[in-house]
Amino acid sequence: MTSQASPLGEAMAPQASETFLALAWRRFRRNRPALFGAVFVLLLVTVAALAPVLAPHDPAEQFSAGLTDQGLPVPSTLPASREFILGTDQNGRDLLSRIVWGARASLTVGVLANGLALGIGVLLGATAGYLGGWIGNAIMRFTDMMMAFPTLLLAIALAAILRPSLGIIIVVIGAVYWTWIARVVYGEVMAIRERQFVESARAIGASSGRIIFWHILPHLMPTIIVWGTLGIANNVMLEAALSYLGIGVQPPTPSWGGMIQQGQNFYRAAPWLVIYPGAAIMLTVLAFNLLGDGLRDALDPYQRR
Amino acid sequence: MAKFLLKRLLLAVPVVVGISVITFVLLYFLPADPARMYAGPNATVDTVNRIRHQLGLDQPVWVQYGRYVSRAVQGDLGYSYRLQMPVSQALASRFPYTLELTLAGIFVELLIGLTSGIAAALRRGSWVDSASMLLALLGVAAPPFWLGLMFLYLFAYKAGLFPLGGAGGLSHLVLPALTAGLGGAAWYARMSRSSTLDILHADYVRTARAKGLPGYRVLFKHVLRNAMNPIVTMAGMDIPWFISGVVLVEIVFGWPGVGRLAVDAVQTADIPLIMGTVIFTAMMVVVSSVLIDVAQAWLDPRVRTD
Repeated sequence: MTSQASPLGEAMAPQASETFLALAWRRFRRNRPALFGAVFVLLLVTVAALAPVLAPHDPAEQFSAGLTDQGLPVPSTLPASREFILGTDQNGRDLLSRIVWGARASLTVGVLANGLALGIGVLLGATAGYLGGWIGNAIMRFTDMMMAFPTLLLAIALAAILRPSLGIIIVVIGAVYWTWIARVVYGEVMAIRERQFVESARAIGASSGRIIFWHILPHLMPTIIVWGTLGIANNVMLEAALSYLGIGVQPPTPSWGGMIQQGQNFYRAAPWLVIYPGAAIMLTVLAFNLLGDGLRDALDPYQRR
Repeated sequence: MAKFLLKRLLLAVPVVVGISVITFVLLYFLPADPARMYAGPNATVDTVNRIRHQLGLDQPVWVQYGRYVSRAVQGDLGYSYRLQMPVSQALASRFPYTLELTLAGIFVELLIGLTSGIAAALRRGSWVDSASMLLALLGVAAPPFWLGLMFLYLFAYKAGLFPLGGAGGLSHLVLPALTAGLGGAAWYARMSRSSTLDILHADYVRTARAKGLPGYRVLFKHVLRNAMNPIVTMAGMDIPWFISGVVLVEIVFGWPGVGRLAVDAVQTADIPLIMGTVIFTAMMVVVSSVLIDVAQAWLDPRVRTD
């Protein structure tokens, strides 16, 4: 009865009338925080995709009306600034438009870096878990070592060496985040490789690569989906931190972390320069975390309370 | 226990060696020329070449690494060309600040995280539970550098309760420690809640209750001692992240610690200083994880016999 759509089909035997996905959806639907996360993530993706249409202004345009007579940013509370819903930044640019465009940088880095980390993590974790022996041991010792690196310092050192750009930031974040995925996948594959269907595949002469890819990988899908979602939250945060330190996404491309870095000198006179981009980061991370937690609860039938 | 400690320390050696190799090789490929930086912008090509030869920078990477290690084990981590002082001296002057902030941050983390998590578990479904879990969700999601700026704005600038940054007495420490600790506190709250809930339903807790032990003794002797195990394990995995957070907090508050030193070093391409700060921080992580393993072995005798 094991079909492609139900990688955990065996475990779900008692509820054979309901597919694994239907069951997961039923669980997910009842989880209100997770639904909130999903809706917010959809919203965010829409905003990022439609940034040119949705942003009220050009994010790079410096408005003469965007600075007060003293040369300070215009707060949103001033009646004269109805034009700028969230106020303007230190260069007289529209803050809302910059936050909308900033969603692009955050999501691009979050999603792509995560894809890279998943690729490396699953490949190394699954290989180590399936082959075991000295190869498995060597891979996992290497993973442990990379985990002992202070994540941010490693990313800072890498970003500084490679000169920051969007592509480099993605590679750097992917290169530091894969360890967690490798660890989790390793543990799961160790358990899966003892199962009967893997043994049968081996008995009929399937190669290791084929077994990992066709027989084990589908069983890892729930783990990959959950860690993938939680990983995006983590990577959005890391990108923001790097951009805050000035070695992430480079101006003039708007990024939330970069906006806080450039706005922090004005935090006393114009706190909104810091408040809004930070709130955007927080909500994004929160949404991906809620979604990831919800997916884990929905997809993992072996979970404990 | 001594044997366990020794074994754990031996296991840490390859980790430290590996980290130093990776850092060294990465920095070797840095596009900046250390000899040029050392000589200064006005030096002639001849001078730069002479300095390159003197510093051994014209040698192959493994020779340079070997030399670095043999000096490092004697406490010589090279010379910072920006600060014009030995790297070890720079680290020594900054480390007390980082240690102070780290310990205070961990204190905040454990105090807020464990009390709110355990309270949430004991009052499951009540407002205490909902409130602490909501705070935990927000705490995990808030970027530490943003949280720090918010605290500075509200409590230092608006309310005038604390200084606007820098290091000094206890009043300087409060906001940075809160900022460094809150994100972690959120994790500990979630963890300690679920692990306390697991144990509250264990058979031995029911037995302890049934034989008439007073509630607080059941809680402290039977529930919490066992609930601590997964939390201590998590503490070990959390340290690299915690230290990353401390780096950001040092930047926000102008705290003169090792993290700030590292970021300055990267921004000025001061290679010996980058190397020194990264390896030093990695050592901090390794030493803390050894300490945590020891704590775990002390809490859970099963670990020792592994």
